[in-house]
Amino acid sequence: MRTRLYLIRKEFIKIFRNKFIGRAIFGVPIIQMLILVPAVTFEIKNINLCIIDKDMSSESRELISQLEGSTFFKIKYFTFSETEANDLLHSNKCNLILQIPSDFGKDIVTGRPGRLLVSANAINAATAQLSWAYLNGVIRDYNMNILVKNVGTQASASIPQIQITNRYWYNEMLNYKYYMLPGILGILVTAIGFLLAGLNLVREKEIGTIEQINVTPIRKYHFIIAKMVPFLLIGLVDLALGLVLGKLAFNIPFEGSIALLFLCSAIFMVAVLGLALFISTFSSSQQQFMFVAFFFMIIFILMSGVFTPLESMPLWAQKIDVINPLAYLMRINRMVMLKGSTIHDIARDIYSLIVIAIVFTTFAVSRYRKTA
Amino acid sequence: MKRFLGFVKKEFLHIFRDFRTLIILFGIPTAQILIFGFVVSTDIKDAGVAFLDLSKDEISQKLSDKICSSGFFKRTEDLFNYNDINKILKRGKIKAVIIFEKNFGRNLISENKATLSIIADGSEPNTATLITNYITAIVADFNRELVNTSGAGAMLVQPEVRMFYNPGLKSHFMFVPGVITLILILICALMTSVTITREKEFGTMEVLLVSPLRPVQIILGKVMPYFLLSFINVILILLLSWFVFGLPVKGSLVLLLAESMLYILMSLSLGILISTVSSTMQQAIFISMIGMMLPTILLSGFIFPIENMPKIYDWVSSILPPRYFVVIIKNIMIKGTGFLYVWKETLILMVFTAVFIGLSVRNFKIRLE
Amino acid sequence: MKKTVISVKNLVKKFGSFTANDNLNFEVYEGEIFGFLGANGAGKTTALRILSGLSSPTSGEVIVAGYNAKKDPEKIKKNIGYMCQKFSLYSDLTIRENIMLYGGIYGMPKTLIIKRTEDLLDKLSFHEYSDRLIADLPLGLKQKLAFSVAVFHEPKIVFLDEPTGGVDPITRRQFWEMIYETANRGITVFVTTHYMDEAEYCNRVSIMSEGKIVAIDTPAKLKEQYGAKTVEEVFIKIARPDNRPHPLPSPSRLSGRGGNWVGIE
Repeated sequence: MRTRLYLIRKEFIKIFRNKFIGRAIFGVPIIQMLILVPAVTFEIKNINLCIIDKDMSSESRELISQLEGSTFFKIKYFTFSETEANDLLHSNKCNLILQIPSDFGKDIVTGRPGRLLVSANAINAATAQLSWAYLNGVIRDYNMNILVKNVGTQASASIPQIQITNRYWYNEMLNYKYYMLPGILGILVTAIGFLLAGLNLVREKEIGTIEQINVTPIRKYHFIIAKMVPFLLIGLVDLALGLVLGKLAFNIPFEGSIALLFLCSAIFMVAVLGLALFISTFSSSQQQFMFVAFFFMIIFILMSGVFTPLESMPLWAQKIDVINPLAYLMRINRMVMLKGSTIHDIARDIYSLIVIAIVFTTFAVSRYRKTA
Repeated sequence: MKRFLGFVKKEFLHIFRDFRTLIILFGIPTAQILIFGFVVSTDIKDAGVAFLDLSKDEISQKLSDKICSSGFFKRTEDLFNYNDINKILKRGKIKAVIIFEKNFGRNLISENKATLSIIADGSEPNTATLITNYITAIVADFNRELVNTSGAGAMLVQPEVRMFYNPGLKSHFMFVPGVITLILILICALMTSVTITREKEFGTMEVLLVSPLRPVQIILGKVMPYFLLSFINVILILLLSWFVFGLPVKGSLVLLLAESMLYILMSLSLGILISTVSSTMQQAIFISMIGMMLPTILLSGFIFPIENMPKIYDWVSSILPPRYFVVIIKNIMIKGTGFLYVWKETLILMVFTAVFIGLSVRNFKIRLE
Repeated sequence: MKKTVISVKNLVKKFGSFTANDNLNFEVYEGEIFGFLGANGAGKTTALRILSGLSSPTSGEVIVAGYNAKKDPEKIKKNIGYMCQKFSLYSDLTIRENIMLYGGIYGMPKTLIIKRTEDLLDKLSFHEYSDRLIADLPLGLKQKLAFSVAVFHEPKIVFLDEPTGGVDPITRRQFWEMIYETANRGITVFVTTHYMDEAEYCNRVSIMSEGKIVAIDTPAKLKEQYGAKTVEEVFIKIARPDNRPHPLPSPSRLSGRGGNWVGIE
């Protein structure tokens, strides 16, 4: 036990002796979190709309005024030229073009279906689809209005309609910050621990200090644990700081047990640090480690469900994801913080994380060779 | 000049000798392109939903079948009372619960009105929005069928949509430009800053500085191999996106390659700048990886459109060079527009390059004195 | 009868097809200063690493401080001190912090560590440097410190790998005084070097060449045997490969080099 304390003390001194690292280790995640969290949103507002109204009838004006009333759309341009409209789409000045043909009003009045032509910039498929869905919603309402007008309020009640009410639990207003904060914080804490712990060990190899350690009777697992503990603690402090600031700045809810959250995060950190140290036992230079780490980190992040839903990944990818500790953390964080899930609800995830942590750490300890 | 070429050759050998580095250098972009193309998607598919059908009649059955056959949803569980909703959402496998009220079908027939409720898990707002949108669309479709069968009249306005640039709504149209942008800046900045800092940290820089090579030549020699490697990377990614995803370069390939060179140059000068302020490799890695990765992913507009962000982020993101390259590459590659549409962004990237080089030279001089 | 603390029998170490140590046999006795001589690349460091448990022998029996180097390297490590050829204390820690760390790793009680640290700082007159980073120390002080740390826990044997490389003559002299003092305390000193004048300070020396031990005895006896005035002469006579019958380069290699090749003297 005492040996470990000496080693851990050494690691802490070394980390904080580098003035830049000592500050950046807390400063960078906090600042990035505060800046990035409010920015990241899938929420769509201000869809810039360009309207080509060739009809200029009361019907088309009615539709346009309904669009104006919608919070999603901003009618930026009116034009009669399709070329001009296409050009606006080309140069990113508008996202959607709504073209109302010249006989739109006449068709509606005479009971024929009125045609509308919508062009969307679909490079970002998700945004395009969502904008289209919102536009469709406005058009649906418009339809309903005409229907009511045509048949009268009384009669419209005789049209069978299923109404939809929806509610969003745990995050009534669909505040993206609640969703992004645990995710971004998780990524930052992972990146710091993963990179620094791994680099730390490789650096000892590179400059030769590990030789002096290897010739002592120190136990392998003591050495690995001593490399883990400082970064584990730093990660948890980062997490705590991030959560407190998140609460103050964005009023993030804490539905569940904070102790549970930290327990899971600690297990997660062990898994990540174990993997980092395992990789570093293979690497002969810091550059090499950095690349392998970069490779894993990007995959972990992209496949963690932070930015995209996990369920939409193909099945084989979901199977691979069982070894991705970040995927568990993201799920656990959101469940505990926003839904107040208990240890019971996330038991399976915790078990999996524990297994991953044990496996990676064992790998690291056994791959670390004191005797060549 | 001969000395300089010899030095460049040595730097090349240095990189190529380490086979692992090479694999990783090209393996990372390849893997990322494939992951983005085949694995990650912003759309939903087979999202787990639970039904709480308090009516259990013909119409509710029909509608729930319709919802499940859409491909977006998977009926994962059936509930029997309200209290189960919280329990099941908390476990996280189910993203939404669809509730048919009591006497759903009877209400629809007798009162022409029935209510379907969706309770979506708001802890994942994006999925929740998509789910309610899709269900709403499916129910609207169902309504239309009802209207048609009841003879009250057809849908009055029929919109027709054209998805420009990306008619198949494929998400790699967005990711390919994004990955190129992300990979180039991270790898270039990381590589340059780390190799130069390494020489500083291990004291070998002093040896180089006393050699007859001029400091500019030393830096150029270190940077040159990465310029070439990154350029090969660009070509590799473009080939992959063409052959694997069928996404060719629509505009001028020459222009795209020229712009990529400019962007690589910018990233390399950023790397040099980082190396002038870092004393250890750890520090250089910290800045170029932890400092830059998330802002590049999140604020460059490659996944999350900048216009959806609060206004101030228009300013914040304007200091990030990737933002401009994303626009350039999307315009040339996907929209097929010419230089006229990207000259402004090109100019900005040039200014960034000049500023980074200027600052590096200044820092370097200070250090030498 | 002198007590044997290191016993090496038929030690072979191979890296792939390259044989670094080719059938070494020798013994080292308690309390002596044993010099391990050889040109660069002769296999000294490889042997040293095996003796100190850092590397495992391919074959042969190596007993150090009563433990087998192949089976119990960790037990050997408890009983030895080691000073690398390359300076490998933590240069971003202070002198005090480095001593604390290694004292702690060897399980010394804290009060003892503190007491011995003060003694050491006194002895080396290091007090003014004690809270400075090692990175800022001159090389000579670094080497002295590395040696002091290697014997700080009073091991049975201390292994020194080229301890005086690149150090000025005065410091080298002081360094050897420290070695003597250590040996007088009963610690066996096993030192590799390629400074032949240093070999004169050893009780016994062995000379390695191309992975083999070619001579082993006291400096005096070796000089007598080879009719040399200094150990350096002995070394040149037996250990330099170019002083032994040299295989002539083949004619094809000669012609391959063109007319500029002038041959070996």
